[in-house]
Amino acid sequence: MVDEMTGMTEGGRPPSNPPSETPEGGRPPSTPPSEKTAMTEGGPPPSTPPGETRDTLDIWVAGTEEPQFQPTDEGTQEFGPDETEARLDEQFGRVVDDDYIFDDEVSDDERSVLNMGPQHPSTHGVLRLQLELEGEVIRRTKPIIGYLHTGMEKTAEQLSFYQGPTNVTRMDYLAPLHCELAYSLAVERLLGIEVPPRAAAIRILMTELNRVSSHLVALATNGMDIGALSMMIYGFRERESILAFFEKTTGLRMNHNYIRPGGVAADLPPRWKDDVAAILDDLPGRLDDYDDLLKANPIWIARTQGVGVISAEEAIAFSITGPALRAAGVDWDLRRAFPYSGIDQYEFDVPVGKSGDVYDRYRVRVDEILESLKIVEQVMDAIPKGDYRVADAKITPPPRGRIDESMEALIHHFKLFTEGFKVPSGETYVAVESPRGELGCYLVSDGEAQPYRMHTRAPSFYNLQALPIAMADSLVADTIATIASMDPVMGDVDR
Amino acid sequence: MNPVLESLAAGFDTVAWEESHGQDVARVPGEDWEAFARAAKEIGFEVCADVTAVDWLRQRPERYEVVANLLSIAHRTRLRMITSVGREDPTVASLTPIWPGAGFAEREVYDMFGIHFDGHPDLTRILMPDEWEGHPLRKDFGVGSVPVQFKESHQVS
Repeated sequence: MVDEMTGMTEGGRPPSNPPSETPEGGRPPSTPPSEKTAMTEGGPPPSTPPGETRDTLDIWVAGTEEPQFQPTDEGTQEFGPDETEARLDEQFGRVVDDDYIFDDEVSDDERSVLNMGPQHPSTHGVLRLQLELEGEVIRRTKPIIGYLHTGMEKTAEQLSFYQGPTNVTRMDYLAPLHCELAYSLAVERLLGIEVPPRAAAIRILMTELNRVSSHLVALATNGMDIGALSMMIYGFRERESILAFFEKTTGLRMNHNYIRPGGVAADLPPRWKDDVAAILDDLPGRLDDYDDLLKANPIWIARTQGVGVISAEEAIAFSITGPALRAAGVDWDLRRAFPYSGIDQYEFDVPVGKSGDVYDRYRVRVDEILESLKIVEQVMDAIPKGDYRVADAKITPPPRGRIDESMEALIHHFKLFTEGFKVPSGETYVAVESPRGELGCYLVSDGEAQPYRMHTRAPSFYNLQALPIAMADSLVADTIATIASMDPVMGDVDR
Repeated sequence: MNPVLESLAAGFDTVAWEESHGQDVARVPGEDWEAFARAAKEIGFEVCADVTAVDWLRQRPERYEVVANLLSIAHRTRLRMITSVGREDPTVASLTPIWPGAGFAEREVYDMFGIHFDGHPDLTRILMPDEWEGHPLRKDFGVGSVPVQFKESHQVS
């Protein structure tokens, strides 16, 4: 990423670069840069004196600067007078011409196969892609997965229902709480129990915060892959504030084992509202900073708009869900369609994109963070009082204090942690909206204390199927932008 | 039953309908699997959300169940179709020509259970290595063990 800053002229104003005169004639005009100057603490230092409004981006953009070219007399390096103006524009980088013209007469001999990954920093884990290239253009792609397969569905058959969340939380390690929620909802449906309202509200609070933290990682890695390295630092920094709250509540930053069949593992910690309020206060301002950094950044736009396009029809045919589906213009969110844990009582919008390209997927994620924060705020304001788990001694362990005084409590505790509880035979499929899409749990019980079969419908697994169509006939350089925008988590793909 | 499904139910008398915890389940005979899926797509189940399988080993006469979870965005409803597959030569028609999204899922079922899908364009192992022997999610496939010192059996599972 070329981010050479323009030098300041006297008076502290950057040279006036009308950003609407970007040279990409075919592209839609970029939105005018935000006029925000108010930076919150910790953000990049303001480049203008306080009180003065900055009206341009501090980024060098080809073609927008004052003409500076002076003919040189450096002998052979000098551009000859016979050069046309168009050719000069190309040589000086004012015009980027990367539209490959496909030649039908290229034979198979001119195609080459490139293996990308599994050990590649931009594949987000151990994803391997076989790319069939023609020059620099991708003709065919084959995703090859399984490098992180650890047989978690087999493991789930060995663990009791009560131990199950420990296992599933390690699947999608960026959205562990959603995995636990899908599993717990499936177990509860087979048991035929309803959790208390406070438990449901805590579940929504935690999973929506988890969605924010997961989307922040998606923004961070998406930025890093395209070259916006600051975005990576910012995204992980803000995510840490949420993980700190998770650690305070669940004891762990990841792999929480917090949402369990019958409720949650523990009540929210004392003064949790202060922590959540701090996150709610902090994040929207930070998101504005990210918008300043990326939203109208011409380089970001050039790398993302029109890249990796997945149309609505393709997304539906390939079972794509989540932000990738909504970016294609399909208004589909499981929180709306099949509400779980009482999420339908909170007000939120479902952001929808238009063109289904990398840029729209990025915008949908940013907007979803704001919507999730809205839900978190509503949960915080109206959290019901009561128990945080069902009062059924067969399903949830007794309080620690009761074990010392009650023989029954001791027996329940012992039985629960040695044998677990039995679940009536039956089968069900429960899906929640994870940050990556429909995260489903197909659970079959044969009346024992372990699941007979536990299958997770992993959203990343299905979303990866779209890579071949999203990347067909695009440039190799766009590969990483496309992968990053699908936000695959290989633990979720391979399980 | 969801009213959306009534026209579908009328076309297939061999299909048994159930309700499982509030979800509609169609038990489809193996020979009707593909025709039923096409009919379901016709009436608006445009997404094949998931394909998986269950191994019932000796508990049921037909050893395997192939389970497909369909989703209708237009009607906001789900439908689960299940078919039984026998122990000898477990084969069922592929859903991939109908819903391309079923491709990975059917490869996973093939990999994990050894069930063949007729008409799948690329039925190869997806999660396990190509040279792997056996199908790990079958109930008669062991979970494996790790040698441990200072144990009488030297093996814990």
